[in-house]
Amino acid sequence: MSVKKTVFGAAFAATALAGFSAQAQEVNVYSLRQPFLVEPLFDAFTEETGIKVNVIFAENGLVERIKQEGANSPADLLLSVDIGRIQDAVDAGVTAPVQSDVLSANIPTHLRDDNGQWFGLTQRGRAIYASKERVAPGEITSYEELADPKWKGKICTRSGTHVYNVALVASMIAHHGYEDAKIWLEGLKANLAQKPQGNDRGQVKAIMEGVCDLALANTYYYGAMLANEEQRAWAESANLVFPNQADRGMSMNISGVSLIASAPNKDNAVKLIEFLSDDKAQHIYADLNNEYPVKPGVEWSDTVKAWGEFKADDLSLTQLAALRSDAIRMIDEVGYNE
Amino acid sequence: MNTTETLDPLGRKEPVTSMRWWPRGQSAGWTMGAFLIALLVSAPILAVLYLALFPSENIWPHLASTMLPRYLKNTGIIMLGVGIGVALIGVSSAWVVTMCRIPGKRFFEWAMLLPMAVPAYIVAYVYTDLLEFAGPVQRMLRTWFGWQSMRDYWFPDIRTKGGAIIVLSLTLYPYVYMLARAAFLAQSVCAIEAARVLGRGPWNSFATVALPLARPAIVVGVIIALMETLNDFGTVDFFAVHTLTAGIFNVWLGMGNAGGAAQIAVTMLAVVIVLILTERYSRRRQRFHDTTTRFQQLPGYELGCGAKCAAVAVCALPILLGFVIPSSVLVYYSINYFDQSWTSSFFAFAGNSLLVSGAATVVTVVCALFLAYALRLFPGSLLRFSVRLASVGYAVPGAVLALGVLIPLARFDNAVDAVMREVFNFSTGLMLSGTVFAIIFAYAVRFMAVAHGAVEATLGKVRPSMDDAARTLGETPFGTLKRIHFPMVRGGILAAGVLVFVDSMKELPATLILRPFNFDTLATHVYQFAKDEMIERAALGSLTIVLVGVIPVIMLSRAISKSRPGHGD
Repeated sequence: MSVKKTVFGAAFAATALAGFSAQAQEVNVYSLRQPFLVEPLFDAFTEETGIKVNVIFAENGLVERIKQEGANSPADLLLSVDIGRIQDAVDAGVTAPVQSDVLSANIPTHLRDDNGQWFGLTQRGRAIYASKERVAPGEITSYEELADPKWKGKICTRSGTHVYNVALVASMIAHHGYEDAKIWLEGLKANLAQKPQGNDRGQVKAIMEGVCDLALANTYYYGAMLANEEQRAWAESANLVFPNQADRGMSMNISGVSLIASAPNKDNAVKLIEFLSDDKAQHIYADLNNEYPVKPGVEWSDTVKAWGEFKADDLSLTQLAALRSDAIRMIDEVGYNE
Repeated sequence: MNTTETLDPLGRKEPVTSMRWWPRGQSAGWTMGAFLIALLVSAPILAVLYLALFPSENIWPHLASTMLPRYLKNTGIIMLGVGIGVALIGVSSAWVVTMCRIPGKRFFEWAMLLPMAVPAYIVAYVYTDLLEFAGPVQRMLRTWFGWQSMRDYWFPDIRTKGGAIIVLSLTLYPYVYMLARAAFLAQSVCAIEAARVLGRGPWNSFATVALPLARPAIVVGVIIALMETLNDFGTVDFFAVHTLTAGIFNVWLGMGNAGGAAQIAVTMLAVVIVLILTERYSRRRQRFHDTTTRFQQLPGYELGCGAKCAAVAVCALPILLGFVIPSSVLVYYSINYFDQSWTSSFFAFAGNSLLVSGAATVVTVVCALFLAYALRLFPGSLLRFSVRLASVGYAVPGAVLALGVLIPLARFDNAVDAVMREVFNFSTGLMLSGTVFAIIFAYAVRFMAVAHGAVEATLGKVRPSMDDAARTLGETPFGTLKRIHFPMVRGGILAAGVLVFVDSMKELPATLILRPFNFDTLATHVYQFAKDEMIERAALGSLTIVLVGVIPVIMLSRAISKSRPGHGD
């Protein structure tokens, strides 16, 4: 089947070239995700369809690049690590809707845009990591408790303005309103053991080092650290706590994809989105990066399964994205990063 | 020393100070050429200005009331610290290496430049790796003293403003060293001998004669280092120090507001312009030319034992901390993770790095030479303005500059495309943006100031009477450049080339945003791992950047040694 497709793809490519069409069989991806995380997926896609995937990776500036390139932009797809950046692209008017039965079947409605402007490909939760030595099980169960003065000088987080923390603060605004969320954030700020620094793994490492007892980090980092010889000890010093299981559930975010309005290879681009939402790619995502697949029924990786089931916050991602600039303003106002 | 008169092309004698705004005759070609270069180079900056003045959503009030004062304060502290740091290390080592007889003098001459080859953010990663709680240094201390946890002892935290100042000073001092050394070498020994004859000691003649004479070069070096500091993102981001550049990223990416980011960038530009103007104003009435042609062997002070040790330490410490330790760690990781890092694509990355950096170097140096020379020939106010304009790109952070490069290039491409479609029914698509041209253009814009500074510093030391003589004897301006000036300022041109090349090899944010599909340089390859603190997998690439940087550093140093009039083969 896959051989057939490859042969067909190659034949089609040859015909296309012979027919003096500038369109080779390819698809162009602007990626905000690091190449080593997505290349295995693209390789699998090329193997299956014969369509070559061209990639540019940059953490910032790609949305502006698409905007400036205008109608002649070579970009077909934008791949993002959180809902906020995707929303930026949608707001900038550079994305186009996609209607696809495959996507409708693979991705639950709350993980894709109502108009098909974006599609979630994986989910991750913002978890609390608690020291095995110094925090008793059940001692911390919710984000709200992070502002409790009993944790004074015992919490580590990365920069407040990083997209992952911004999304969490936005979710607090959604659930509690601006004023109460701000009181919470001030409480959390007062409990920090050190100036926000480093990445998510660095916070867990700080637990091992005894700098702090609690940390905020995404779920998949637990798996990534366990798989790394040097970092295993960091992960093993902490318990993974799924917050707010008694009420709304853990705050979730997605990595996702959008079709660019001026896409020169629209058909191939849609094929790639469909491929990424389907079993094979969803398995690769789950196994490679320990994220939660969006397609129902796709098995979690063994590592992730071991952490157990959890309740996820069903706050709409569109609402989360809309509250982002409020969240950043608040983070600046409380001087979180100082 | 005030022989600032020159012959104009018509042979009339005319003081340079009477400047015409609009050039006539032969000078028009030079002036217009320079103006055109300046316009091209400043187009991205004008685009950023435009963004700042007409933002889609004005968040300036929010910025001004919350973060901006903090960003300004942090930036000010770091710039002050780095300024003092690079001047101290750079000038003292340049003086010792040039004027004192110390063991290993020949080695130090070029080795002092080595830290320049290591990107500052790599040094930051390495020292964090070494000095953090779980790192080897603290582990050793804990074993020795039997400490258990962090609460048992105090250890300086490297992720602070102080840490950033140290790391940046260690990697940026070579700019000062290189230019200061070139200046010391070019000084006629007569000035120093005169000082000694008049009863000044070595210290005194250094402070009152050599230092003031070398001041233009030193100041250029310090300003280059400060501009690098100003738009360093990697180091301050890693150390969680919130400077103006960090603010730009925060506003741009977090708030999705390119206009607000551009506004901070313009604030930064203002800082730089104030810096440059202050320096120019402070030496507005001074000229620095040698009036004698006596360039005998520099004396070489004989030092006592203690002084000799101190002198060696002055040179050895910066090399040890800025180069030997970081590259040893990189070598260690490269060997241990060789299999994962040494892939077939590695050569392709290196090739790409060489290609874009090499092309950018040629373009930038040729343009800088043209600008500096045009200004020397026909110093009019339009030219002067053009040259200043062409130099501001250095102060704009790479990512913002990338945005500034995209705007005019994409507009141009799309306009050509529209015309071609209209007239020939044929689409040319994006010809320039999205190709390596965009990257090379960005490097040229970014590093024009570096090249121009270095070229101007050496060209400024060629006495105008040389021009006069050559022109009187019938040389054309171009002929004078080729046969008189070029041989004399070769050292400076080489310095400019190497600075641009090494800087281009290290450049990251603009490369990331502007590159074509499937195009990786060593820097972008390193970055995707370094960003996640996977320093072990970034090590081999980093080490290659360092090694590639070392080769021109050595070449350059040899050239500087030979550039002393009367020295060399």
